[in-house]
Amino acid sequence: MRFTVRVWRQTGSEDAGRLVEYDVDDVSPDMSFLEMLDVLNERLTLRGEEPVAFDHDCREGICGMCGLTINGVAHGPRRATTTCQLHMREFTDGDTIVVEPWRAAPFPVVRDLVVDRGALDEVVRAGGYVSVSTGSAPEAHATPVARADADKAFESAACIGCGACVAACPNGSAMLFTAAKVTHLGRLPQGAPERDTRALDMLAAHDEAGFGGCTNTGECTAVCPKGIPLADIAQFNQDVLRASLRGAGGRPA
Amino acid sequence: MRYDEGEPLVDRAAPDGPLETRWERARFGTRLVNPANRRRLRVIVVGTGLAGASAAATLGELGYRVSSFCYQDSPRRAHSIAAQGGINAAKNYRNDGDSVYRLFYDTVKGGDFRARESNVYRLAEISTAIIDQCVAQGVPFAREYGGLLDTRSFGGAQVSRTFYARGQTGQQLLLGAYQALSRQIAAGTVTMHPRTEMLDLVVVDGRARGVVIRDLVTGEVSTHTADAVVLATGGYGNVFHLSTNAKGCNATAIWRAHRRGALFANPCYTQIHPTCIPVSGDHQSKLTLMSESLRNDGRVWVPVDPDERRAPGDIPAEDRDYYLERTYPSFGNLVPRDIASRAAKKVCDDGRGVGPGGLGVYLDFADAIDRLGREAVETRYGNLFEMYQRITGEDPYQVPMRIYPAVHYTMGGLWVDYDLQSTIPGLFVIGEANFSDHGANRLGASALMQGLADGYFVLPNTIAGYLADGPFPEVTDAHPDLVAARSDVEERVRRLLSVEGDRTVDSFHRELGSLLWDHCGMERTEEGLRHALERIPELRAEFWRRVRVPGSGEGLNQSLERAGRVADFLELAELLCLDALHRTESCGGHFRAESQTPDGEALRRDDEFAYVAAWEYTGTGTPPLLRRESLTFEHVEPTQRSYQ
Amino acid sequence: MAVTGFILFFYVVAHMVGNLKIFFGETAFDSYARWLRAMGSAVLGESGVLWTIRIVLLVSVLLHMTAAIQLARRARAARPSGYRHRPPVQGGYAARTMRWGGVIIALFVIYHVLDLTVGWLNPHGVPEEPFLNVTSGFQQWWVVLIYTVAILALGLHVRHGVWSALRSLGTVRASHGPLARTVALVVAVALTAGYLSVPYAVLFGLVE
Ligand SMILES: Cc1cc2nc3c(=O)[nH]c(=O)nc-3n(C[C@H](O)[C@H](O)[C@H](O)COP(=O)(O)OP(=O)(O)OC[C@H]3O[C@@H](n4cnc5c(N)ncnc54)[C@H](O)[C@@H]3O)c2cc1C
Ligand code: HEM
Ligand code: HEM
Ligand code: SF4
Ligand code: F3S
Ligand code: FES
Repeated sequence: MRFTVRVWRQTGSEDAGRLVEYDVDDVSPDMSFLEMLDVLNERLTLRGEEPVAFDHDCREGICGMCGLTINGVAHGPRRATTTCQLHMREFTDGDTIVVEPWRAAPFPVVRDLVVDRGALDEVVRAGGYVSVSTGSAPEAHATPVARADADKAFESAACIGCGACVAACPNGSAMLFTAAKVTHLGRLPQGAPERDTRALDMLAAHDEAGFGGCTNTGECTAVCPKGIPLADIAQFNQDVLRASLRGAGGRPA
Repeated sequence: MRYDEGEPLVDRAAPDGPLETRWERARFGTRLVNPANRRRLRVIVVGTGLAGASAAATLGELGYRVSSFCYQDSPRRAHSIAAQGGINAAKNYRNDGDSVYRLFYDTVKGGDFRARESNVYRLAEISTAIIDQCVAQGVPFAREYGGLLDTRSFGGAQVSRTFYARGQTGQQLLLGAYQALSRQIAAGTVTMHPRTEMLDLVVVDGRARGVVIRDLVTGEVSTHTADAVVLATGGYGNVFHLSTNAKGCNATAIWRAHRRGALFANPCYTQIHPTCIPVSGDHQSKLTLMSESLRNDGRVWVPVDPDERRAPGDIPAEDRDYYLERTYPSFGNLVPRDIASRAAKKVCDDGRGVGPGGLGVYLDFADAIDRLGREAVETRYGNLFEMYQRITGEDPYQVPMRIYPAVHYTMGGLWVDYDLQSTIPGLFVIGEANFSDHGANRLGASALMQGLADGYFVLPNTIAGYLADGPFPEVTDAHPDLVAARSDVEERVRRLLSVEGDRTVDSFHRELGSLLWDHCGMERTEEGLRHALERIPELRAEFWRRVRVPGSGEGLNQSLERAGRVADFLELAELLCLDALHRTESCGGHFRAESQTPDGEALRRDDEFAYVAAWEYTGTGTPPLLRRESLTFEHVEPTQRSYQ
Repeated sequence: MAVTGFILFFYVVAHMVGNLKIFFGETAFDSYARWLRAMGSAVLGESGVLWTIRIVLLVSVLLHMTAAIQLARRARAARPSGYRHRPPVQGGYAARTMRWGGVIIALFVIYHVLDLTVGWLNPHGVPEEPFLNVTSGFQQWWVVLIYTVAILALGLHVRHGVWSALRSLGTVRASHGPLARTVALVVAVALTAGYLSVPYAVLFGLVE
């Protein structure tokens, strides 16, 4: 197969950046999207040009490192699929493919297609955990957990932190990411004691980091590779509302 | 390449006395650090996988000042995230006869009697506390309808001791550790440095006192000092180029420490995983593991006739060879990984492999779907089937999966004593980066257990004994050892950029990888190893003559990162082959064709090889020193493994 | 946002029900309008309740718009540079048109008040004779067009708005997700149809 690939090139935060067009031929339908970029990069290197920088690590859809906006869609055309798991057989021979980085103010471009997603870590640091120090845990079977709760918690815990939800949201909101963590921990008895403070603190950190507000647009869940449901956002809103009504303050800094 | 004999090696931290109380007594014997003093003690932890994140979080909770490093943009992305199958623990929730002693026994035996009994016993003992800890953190393990934890049997174990969270156990465990780490970062006890790579170790007055770091975003090289350094940088499977490891997994941190004096133990013990998706072409950049649990219900077969042309579904039972069930009637498709891998290689070498290039065997769920119904198969393996389909474009509910073995895990690593301290005082090594607990072969679901045991429970206890002597004298930025280490790194970066040759980094990596896979992979022969040992130095020389690394040392330069890693692999590969050549027995993940039983099983030679081979660096291209730590077995009688 | 949105929503529903009285003829409709003014006059005086409603509405609209503007500004701050390749809509269409829809509705309401409440822009223009104001206005095709556009915008806005507000208030359990969507859709369609019925009925002479 043969493609015209228009790739965002930007040398750093100072540079304005631009789309640059490359022809990539001899592409096998069995290649992953990132392998297609590998091929492009090998050729650029041999031509003495700088290869295209893009993030990736596990290449099996679990680390959340990869993430490209392909033809305007975060992670590309195939639903529930990370960029690294997207294969060229999803495209038609001869296609022009536009590849851009995630775009959001809290995700500044580092280089080309690489962005800094540290803001997501900040949100977790604000309360996305259970405060249990090593060694203080009770016997695992001391607290049974209804299977439905465990399954639901797992579903939300499956978030890989890729940031596609932010990239797709017209408001640049990270609500789906944040809600997934709040829902995961809130569903389990282990996470219950900190449920109120967690919701308020994580929302505050989310806003603080510069993410936009959620207006329930639903673009996020459409591109989420792990199918985190929109219901998590409703759950999160409920938790926030309840915590505010109860007058729970955030955790003292 | 030759090697010289060095002094025998003794684990001075090894405890004695009754096996069951060794860890308890060792802990009691360890000096403690007064809580007020902990704030004055600094610890560097490199790596944020299960081992590193759990260690950094726990040390932070204890009140030490911790600096944590990882090369990804977030600590949550460490390679541990990819582990699928599960984590072992001797909880005996199933009442099926499991116990700490049985887990200990299985691990020593599974490791083909090449691990230390004391270490393995401690691991089994701690395993239960790991589950408690993770559950308390909110790790959503699979549960039964009664609300209690579910377990499954894994990798040929006779008891059901593997805890899991669908096919994403590693992810859930790592997120638990990452969240604990995040809490400490917020509390200010841990300082996180993502997108940084450790490129050297700083040793001052014989103690590990810091690391040289390259900031991957700015390219800036800097030094960080501390009272102790912990390496939790994972395994070196990527030396083979194609493996199930994440692309960025590397040996740089441990290799650089090795060059600074830490011994490297058992580099040749590599584990090949039998159920991976086969290579689809030259473009292949990594291999994807399909969880071993698939073998619980899938049946492995190849056509009897090498010239078989029919579609797999049209081949009648009598023309299929269910070779695992045939050769190993009692274990069938559940034989250990190394046996399953070698058997697959053998049928493919016989020309009976399936799929492109004949490098694959069928893993067939047709019978399971008949027996259990599609729905049951879907609940058990749905996400794995989906993943397979995404990658291959084939529907495993309709056509059998194709699988082939791939490099998966490295049992070798930096040598550590019972306290997880390397031969450099103050340098601790945990997780897959050390060589410690799995001997010559690791059991499924035991790596996660070891990483968390090391990070949550072992290291935070043992490191106190070392730190009790601290704080050590301040090492200033102007200290000659520090300056030298930093300028070494800068010089190396400059060299890589200045070759300006005509070959890409990846082309060298691919060539090195196929050389190792062919000659130091599933089956190793003296001839093949000698060939590899001849070729590797040539390839290394060619690398430094012809590699092309575009761009500059400033700013993000992924080619440069890769070049540094491949340069280190080119050195490590040689030691790996040398170790494999010197060990003229077969054991665990190391199969020497010359040492097999009449029916083709691995033949271990305890009289000669019941030792840990720890290698001391003497210079690139100069013979390393072999230092043996002999292994004794007081509790488990070494037997030849037999899965017939 | 959700609270003010709901207040506006309830007004719009009530208003629609009121408007449907037009099908009962001139007297019914005019007396309804008079009743609006007279309602509660014992306590609050002539038009007292009406003014209360007006104030609540006005405050709601202002708060609603303020919140909308704030959200929009935060969104712009969070996405300073857009995609070169314009992203196709993955989620819902109604959801992505909330802001423009809101602006259209706001402009419409201004026009509408000048048209029917004050009467300046109305061909008949006698505030005390709402029936004639309405019927004379809707004889003009362009008036009907303005109302059509506005009401369609309102329909879309409400369709997403109702569903979204339920979520913003966190009342929707996962299992009710599809149900909530259906409810929102039905409400929005009913509202649109109810409103549209009036101008078209007039235009096609069903109400004279
Ligand atoms: C596909 C797959 C499936 C697996 N499934 C299972 C399973 O089901 N059960 C099981 O028990 N085991 C499993 N394993 C094995 C297990 O996942 C690993 O052995 C284990 O996670 C290793 O953890 P770690 O903490 O030692 O290192 P890693 O998780 O590899 O972490 C290494 C860390 O070091 C950092 N790092 C590395 N080099 C540098 C450097 N030079 N400078 C700075 N930072 C550096 C990285 O950023 C990373 O944070 C699986 C492995 C694979 C590949
Ligand atoms: C004055 C002009 C208006 C503007 C500028 C406007 C703007 C907006 C915007 C941008 C939103 C998106 C926020 C979100 O989805 O949460 C919204 C939501 C909403 N609007 Fe409006 N709107 C206007 C009028 C109305 C009217 C007349 C109604 C009544 C029918 C209404 C009902 C709603 C509802 C119920 C929501 C959902 C609130 C939520 O999700 O929390 N709006 N509006
Ligand atoms: C066919 C559709 C409509 C008709 C026939 C209609 C009719 C009227 C009439 C007759 C009045 C004047 C009442 C009076 O002064 O006694 C009025 C007022 C008003 N209408 Fe409508 N209307 C329609 C649609 C709408 C819509 C879609 C909205 C809002 C989005 C709206 C909002 C208002 C408002 C805010 C007033 C002013 C109320 C007040 O304060 O007196 N109308 N309408
Ligand atoms: S919610 Fe989905 S899209 Fe967002 S970070 Fe998590 S996995 Fe990625
Ligand atoms: S797309 Fe954005 S608006 Fe909310 S529903 Fe998703 S975060
Ligand atoms: S590279 Fe890990 S999710 Fe894509």
